[in-house]
Amino acid sequence: MINLELAKKHRETFEQVMMLAEHMMRPYSRKYDKEEHTYPKEMEEVAKLIGSARSNPGGTREAVPEGTVVNGGNMGSVVGLFGLCWGDTGLFLGMPGSGLGNAAISAVGTPEQKKKFGSSYAAMCITEPGTGSDSANISTTAVLDGDEWVLNGEKIFVTDGERSDTLVVWATLDKSLGKAAIKSFIVEKGTPGCEVTRLEHKLGIRASDTASISFNDCRIPKDNILGSAEVATDAEGRKKAFGGVMQTFDNTRPPVAAMAIGVSRAALDLCQELLQAEGVALTYDKKPCNLSAIEAELCQMEAEWNAARLLVLKAAWMADNKTPNSMEASMCKAKAGRVGNHITLRCVALCQSLGYSETYLLEKFARDSKILDIFEGTQQIQQLIVARRVLEKSSADLK
Amino acid sequence: MTDTTPDLLFDLTLTDEQRMNRESMQRFAAAEIRAQAKLVDEGAGSARDFYPRTAELGLTLLPIPEALGGAGVDRSPVSNALIFEDLAHGDMSLALGAISPMAFVNTLLDQGSEAQREKYLPLFCTGEFKAATTALLEPRATFDPGAPATTATRTDSGYTLSGTKAMVPLGLDAELVLVIARLDGGECAAFIVEGSPAGMTRTAESNMGLLGAQLATLQFDDVQLPADARLGSGAFDLQRFVDLARLGICALAVGTCQAVLDYVKPYVNERVAFGEPISNRQSVAFMVADMAIELEAMRLMTWRAAALAEQGEDFHQQAYLAKVFCAEHAMKIGTDGVQLLGGHGFCREHPVEMWYRNLRAIDILEGIASV
Repeated sequence: MINLELAKKHRETFEQVMMLAEHMMRPYSRKYDKEEHTYPKEMEEVAKLIGSARSNPGGTREAVPEGTVVNGGNMGSVVGLFGLCWGDTGLFLGMPGSGLGNAAISAVGTPEQKKKFGSSYAAMCITEPGTGSDSANISTTAVLDGDEWVLNGEKIFVTDGERSDTLVVWATLDKSLGKAAIKSFIVEKGTPGCEVTRLEHKLGIRASDTASISFNDCRIPKDNILGSAEVATDAEGRKKAFGGVMQTFDNTRPPVAAMAIGVSRAALDLCQELLQAEGVALTYDKKPCNLSAIEAELCQMEAEWNAARLLVLKAAWMADNKTPNSMEASMCKAKAGRVGNHITLRCVALCQSLGYSETYLLEKFARDSKILDIFEGTQQIQQLIVARRVLEKSSADLK
Repeated sequence: MTDTTPDLLFDLTLTDEQRMNRESMQRFAAAEIRAQAKLVDEGAGSARDFYPRTAELGLTLLPIPEALGGAGVDRSPVSNALIFEDLAHGDMSLALGAISPMAFVNTLLDQGSEAQREKYLPLFCTGEFKAATTALLEPRATFDPGAPATTATRTDSGYTLSGTKAMVPLGLDAELVLVIARLDGGECAAFIVEGSPAGMTRTAESNMGLLGAQLATLQFDDVQLPADARLGSGAFDLQRFVDLARLGICALAVGTCQAVLDYVKPYVNERVAFGEPISNRQSVAFMVADMAIELEAMRLMTWRAAALAEQGEDFHQQAYLAKVFCAEHAMKIGTDGVQLLGGHGFCREHPVEMWYRNLRAIDILEGIASV
């Protein structure tokens, strides 16, 4: 039966997270934006409080009878992120356990791997200096030597690469075999040959570290491969193998979209508060074409925000109900990413000097939101994925 | 939400009944409506001849209580929105005409008095199409649905109605018209106008689109109405009426935009330029992707507000935002539909220019298509 309101448990989750966000994150927002790369130790307490609900976007899949609707871990995760990133996107990303590597382990790890690494702080290493959105083109290599994999290569843009305990690293077993030979590996920090070489200075999310990590004959146990070590030889198998790796994104895109929902809500709330002080209020009384320009824009942003939020919830709901959601995950990421950027920037503009000033957080919300339309697949990559699905095109036809 | 509300889960699953109903609506839309749309738009076919054929859908029969001759299915804003969406996939303009009697019935069920229901509802259970409609819009710039200028004044025997209503679907033929007016300069009320009383003038409109909906301007010059013409026994809830209508208008937008997307897809996949389908180019493919994304969002916004209405929750804000969102993106999708077909999209050989003209109305329409 059609209902697009949150279940009671998720409404409660949201309220609790919003309390934490307001009282335990906001007070530190500006501090760690200024002190880039400083570890936000106060967030350990927040991480502890939100406990198991804090990350694990893959969610736990309870056994339920066929045909029963589930509002589970995926929905809980995005709802939590609405609140946490209303608090502060940078601080959330710099919080222990927020790593996207956790999503990968949760999605494709064996029970043993989940037990061993599931609760660690796992960062994701995909991007390389010469490879971004075309992740099938990575050059980092993994070679089996006895009971160990030997990794060599350089990874960049690793969110929380310095603070994490473990890394999920994409590497190829044989670059000449293309996509099918790309596998992901769990590397524990401190393993000889694995070294953080640099931290980026960024536009936003400064509370979160973004690291470059090099692997020089880094040896890890044979069992630390995520998924099968076999390289498919036929076309179908090759496609399936890489599809498995890419599936992680179906789990991580809705959460990133949820972050955009959170930060843009924060901007809207503050913007509306500042405008209200000047007598400009959002009302739903008059027909939109009869509103003043500023009222109409507030209204338009509110509509866009609500629409993007529903797309995120739909993608998470599909994941909870084991419905393939690759297209919907990209749809919500594309919509929430651009809506998040648009709203946060317009809120700066509407509040004029107050928006631009560091006295308030509007300018920071705008800077923080930009990355959400870039990482886990840029706006354009999401459009590409949606377009291929809608138009039933292969990646060879629609490049 | 109140504490007594059952803990509903977020759910996008249709009920079995909704699924079956959709199938028959979609079948009718594809087989009957789509074929007529172009003919009616070009003046070659008659919408007046078409509407009686919609009687087989039983649109007005469903929500009327069994005691009054109906099927006694609980009136469901969600199910109604789905029906509107599916019929509009065939053609928005004919769908609007076809559902206008249903919108009248819905409003009577929602806000009518017991006596009015007993008097009028059986007329919609005969198995034949009965033209009826609702009238709120007025012909002036800056019109606002919350502030109509049409007036009703109390007299010894009833009311005197004066004013002009515009863009009234089935306005020429409707035997029953629900007219919204300001009562004695105070609150708004709704009045059931039967037939064509003295002082009522119906004028066919000539508009940019929606030609099949038989939009008309209705003028009321001191029209005398009996005391029982006033809808309901208490105050008329104009906001609620406007909001339920907005949901219907949004659903029409969703159905029409789905038609645009469904039409554009094969076109861009088949149309070759520079040696390959134009959809192999990102500039084209990304427009299609955005159409699909915004359309899905339009649908979810509409469903959300409709579900709130169905649950008896406050749905004003969500209905308002759904209309804002649908109006904006429906027009964008309509425009892109023409653009993607290039010069061919501009020509009437393809339906996209008609959809563009029809979708322009989403933003403007108020007070019709109540779910």
